[in-house]
Amino acid sequence: MPQLEVKGIHASYGLSHVLFGVSFNVEAGQCVSLIGRNGVGKTTTMRSIIGLTPAHIGNIVFEGTDITHLPTHKIAKLGIAFVPEERHIFPELSVWENLDIARRRPRNDGPAWSEEEVYELFPDLKEIRNRLGGVLSGGQQQMLTVARSLMGNPRLLILDEPSEGLAPKLVETLRDRVALLKDGGMSIVLAEQNLKFVLSLSDHCHIMEKGEIKFSGTPEDLRENAQVKEKYLTL
Amino acid sequence: MESLLEFIRIDMGSPGLATLVSNPKFAFIQLLNSVSMGMNFFIIAAGLSLIFGVLKVINFAHGAFYMFGAYIAYSVTETMGLSFFWGVIGSAVGLVLLSVVIERSLFRFVYDKEHLMQLLLTFALVLILGDVAKIIWGTDQYSVSYPASLSGATNLGIAYYPSYRLLLCILGPVIFLALWLFIERTRWGRITKAATQNREMLAALGINVPIIYTGVFVAGSALAGIGGALASPFNSPTPGMDAIIIVECFVIVIIGGLGSLWGTFVGALIYGFVFNFGSVIVPNGQDIFAFLILLVVLLIRPWGLFGRPETEGQ
Repeated sequence: MPQLEVKGIHASYGLSHVLFGVSFNVEAGQCVSLIGRNGVGKTTTMRSIIGLTPAHIGNIVFEGTDITHLPTHKIAKLGIAFVPEERHIFPELSVWENLDIARRRPRNDGPAWSEEEVYELFPDLKEIRNRLGGVLSGGQQQMLTVARSLMGNPRLLILDEPSEGLAPKLVETLRDRVALLKDGGMSIVLAEQNLKFVLSLSDHCHIMEKGEIKFSGTPEDLRENAQVKEKYLTL
Repeated sequence: MESLLEFIRIDMGSPGLATLVSNPKFAFIQLLNSVSMGMNFFIIAAGLSLIFGVLKVINFAHGAFYMFGAYIAYSVTETMGLSFFWGVIGSAVGLVLLSVVIERSLFRFVYDKEHLMQLLLTFALVLILGDVAKIIWGTDQYSVSYPASLSGATNLGIAYYPSYRLLLCILGPVIFLALWLFIERTRWGRITKAATQNREMLAALGINVPIIYTGVFVAGSALAGIGGALASPFNSPTPGMDAIIIVECFVIVIIGGLGSLWGTFVGALIYGFVFNFGSVIVPNGQDIFAFLILLVVLLIRPWGLFGRPETEGQ
């Protein structure tokens, strides 16, 4: 059974219908990515999974539990962490305070992250642990937002455009860190515009357009399919 | 010693600026009056400011909560015959119960609504609670006795000063410190701070934000109740007292900056000083000075002395 099943979800913001029957699965330990231009529904799909924009048709099942209509904090407690594109670092809290409020007791047999272990993955954060969130650079914020999501000991990480606005060197560092997490058994749902980032991490890719998945395949399928490349990936 | 209280009250009439300068004892008492009054206001306004800071709702019914606090203190001490201490505790408990019901059944539905809806709800509550108070306590003006152990005056060297008012001078900073330590030095305080900044992100981190909202609303409302109970010996519980206090609270939190604990503390002190010294300089002139300061703050720093300019987003 897949760890996460997204089954034909429709979602809307008020009157504007954004998702039209999106379906995909994530097996434990896999990285599945959503690819597409801005406004095709990648973020909405992710917000539906974490319960911020609940699907009104369709189901989302995580490890056998139907989470479609659960409140966001309960979904998070089940082991899903959301790293939003905007990062949403709490500006008036310091780095360690941002981590501390996200701390959760680990579930049996699940991963257990401590502040120290998170600093091992992101050493730069340790040096600035007393700095306020509001004065961090974009790169530091991105590291912190991933680090913060780990404090809840998730088994599935949802990453929305993590490389957005980062210098190429930082993008590479971030990709290495995410790859490390994946090697440690973390399942990942990734939305990215940076193709190199996506193709190097993903087991499965789904190309979205106008709220639907138009093409699914492995990174190899994507590379080989000239037509798909032409139509969707010339960004 | 009771007569001393009367003496101070009568003396507060309008002695003019000259007395203030020529009589250091009088000036000293005015100073303490300002602080004790300011601290009573701080306890009440801190609740209003806290609720706004986290929930982003301006609760016009906060004054009604204060009035309920004063009435409950009257009932507990004068009707039930318990001590003043239990009157204050009773007001706090009463307001906790009342505000839990109001938050769960009404407030939580308007957090996402526009300001007009929120204003209509809290204003409706002002009218409803005002009438409920009349049904329970009638329209009489009640008097609440000072707690027996604090009904006298304390010799401060320069002058005697009512012990009860000295207690207020101490209680205000104690409550300020307790709130500050909670927000800055505890994990739940930091979570509360984070809730003022981004509630969606907080939920995505697994925190039950609605519970935080209820907690903050209840704590803020309990402060109004405690403030009302503490004011009841010198501010007789009577219909309409809610309308007066809410205006005073608004002046304080707007001067200090809505949502800022420091701002509310300083704003309350400023208001206490302006009220007492203002009425000495110009008979019954306290309001003129208070609103002048409010006007200046609004013109120069509309977000208040310690507040922050409103930013986009959540």
